[in-house]
Amino acid sequence: MFSYCADPDTLGTFRWFTCYLTNGVHWSFYLSFIKVLALLAVTAPVALGFGFAGAMAARSHVPPLSWLGKAYIAIVRGVPDIAFFLFFVIALDQGFEWIRHKVLCPEWTDPIRQGNDFLVCQAAKLPLGSSPEWMHETYGFFLAVITFSIVFGAFAANVLFGGMRAVPHAQLETAEAYGMSRRQIFWRVLVPQMWVYALPGLSNLWMVLIKATPLLFLLGIEDIVYWARELGGTKTSKFTQYPHGDWRMWYFLFLLIFYLGMTRVSEIGLEKLMRRLSHGQATSGGELLRKETTA
Amino acid sequence: MSCLQTIQDYGLRSVGLGERLLPKSDFTLCEQFTLIGSGMIWNVYFGIMALATGFFLATALALGKASPNKWLRKPSEWFIFLFRGSPLFIQFFFAYFFFLSLKKSYPMFDAFTSAWLGALIVLFLNTAAYTGEIFYGALRSIPKGDIEAADAYGMSGWSRFRRVIWPTMLRLAWPAYTNEAIFLFHATTLVFFSAFPAWQQRGDALYYASYFADKTFNPFVPYPILAFYFILLTLVIVWGFGQFNKRLNKHLPATKQIKMKFRLNLAR
Repeated sequence: MFSYCADPDTLGTFRWFTCYLTNGVHWSFYLSFIKVLALLAVTAPVALGFGFAGAMAARSHVPPLSWLGKAYIAIVRGVPDIAFFLFFVIALDQGFEWIRHKVLCPEWTDPIRQGNDFLVCQAAKLPLGSSPEWMHETYGFFLAVITFSIVFGAFAANVLFGGMRAVPHAQLETAEAYGMSRRQIFWRVLVPQMWVYALPGLSNLWMVLIKATPLLFLLGIEDIVYWARELGGTKTSKFTQYPHGDWRMWYFLFLLIFYLGMTRVSEIGLEKLMRRLSHGQATSGGELLRKETTA
Repeated sequence: MSCLQTIQDYGLRSVGLGERLLPKSDFTLCEQFTLIGSGMIWNVYFGIMALATGFFLATALALGKASPNKWLRKPSEWFIFLFRGSPLFIQFFFAYFFFLSLKKSYPMFDAFTSAWLGALIVLFLNTAAYTGEIFYGALRSIPKGDIEAADAYGMSGWSRFRRVIWPTMLRLAWPAYTNEAIFLFHATTLVFFSAFPAWQQRGDALYYASYFADKTFNPFVPYPILAFYFILLTLVIVWGFGQFNKRLNKHLPATKQIKMKFRLNLAR
């Protein structure tokens, strides 16, 4: 990147590192950090939405809907999350292709599962075989986001369901006494109050979500783990401009520090949020705040 | 081939006994059940060993974090933050490459690059940090009266710790510790998906499940089998820890006993 990088004398000096760390592949590495942040930024609200829908379904008075919601909450617990990640990526992909196959190629009569193969017609392939490289990458990322959202949605549903149940029942009864309908009680009384109760669980979930992002690597995304392995591996002068030994340890140390930093920043941010939300609430956190200010 | 034959061939495949070649095509349900179950040996091994060793370090860490001495407190705090603040997946990767470079200079670190020891050390440190935090929380919520009563009896130092503080700490921490144990078992599935190699295809349950899913391109059979095994394992853990919980609460009147409420939430 810098002009002095063309000068062979830089080799062996400290300035060599500035050349090394700004070469083309390293920019891909830095870009993959943005991928991780993008995943967090998209997944968090979507998972919260899934969770809200799940919790609402679980509270429903229609039995099948409530079973569905409870099953969604229960099923993701008790089984390792990584198994779900590996499962959903293939299952979603096949599900989408199957639906497109049914719609686009109705004349196709062969079975889709033939032995160890999953065969759909050319037009139903996702993404189309003729589409450019970035489409494939975007589709992979899209699948990853849905997978993360489904799994973390179930966790969030669990937390929100608990939060909804923690709202004092007297509040709901009062609302009923005022003649509010069930819908009004839910949106005007229950939902605004449940966040304080749900926040500790949700902030815990956010921490877990941050720590789950390296699993993107298992979903076939070229994320930070992928690049750290690629870039850190032994390079010989034959193949690249910047030969070096096995540096993967240092790359992963860097990732470790990156994640520690993320955790620390989140901790501070969430603590501030909790303080603000507990202000004036009739919870022990709010009581503590009151004592602090009066003492 | 009968199912019994398959179990004989593959039942201990994950530890290297029995048939050497994995089935290549025409997978039967029996083969999938047997191999994935065989892989569970590794999950159970990692889980039990890490829990058994991590418990002691966790107690030490909790005491260190609660200590008024800065030289004990700070290292414990940092240790707990380091292992709780970073993803286990990255810890595995880092540890593996760290051991790999150690091995280059000192051949005696050879065993550390294989999963049975290297991954176990990471799991040990990791669970020690998580459990340490749980124990620390419990340590801080020990009723003041209990400690005052111990003082009044003239207990101090080791005997006060051994007879009053430690049992109460365990009793208060036990439900959360059960959760941690469940998660630890879940976390063991990451071992062979991080850098640690599955030597001669001796992997854990998820390793075999994803082997089948890759070969058949059908995730709808192996992963539910895996889920079945893990739910079974979870129930066993819940039962075992529940038994011990009863023992810890034996001396209390029924209304004061801590009931095990399981909220099997989240991962790490």
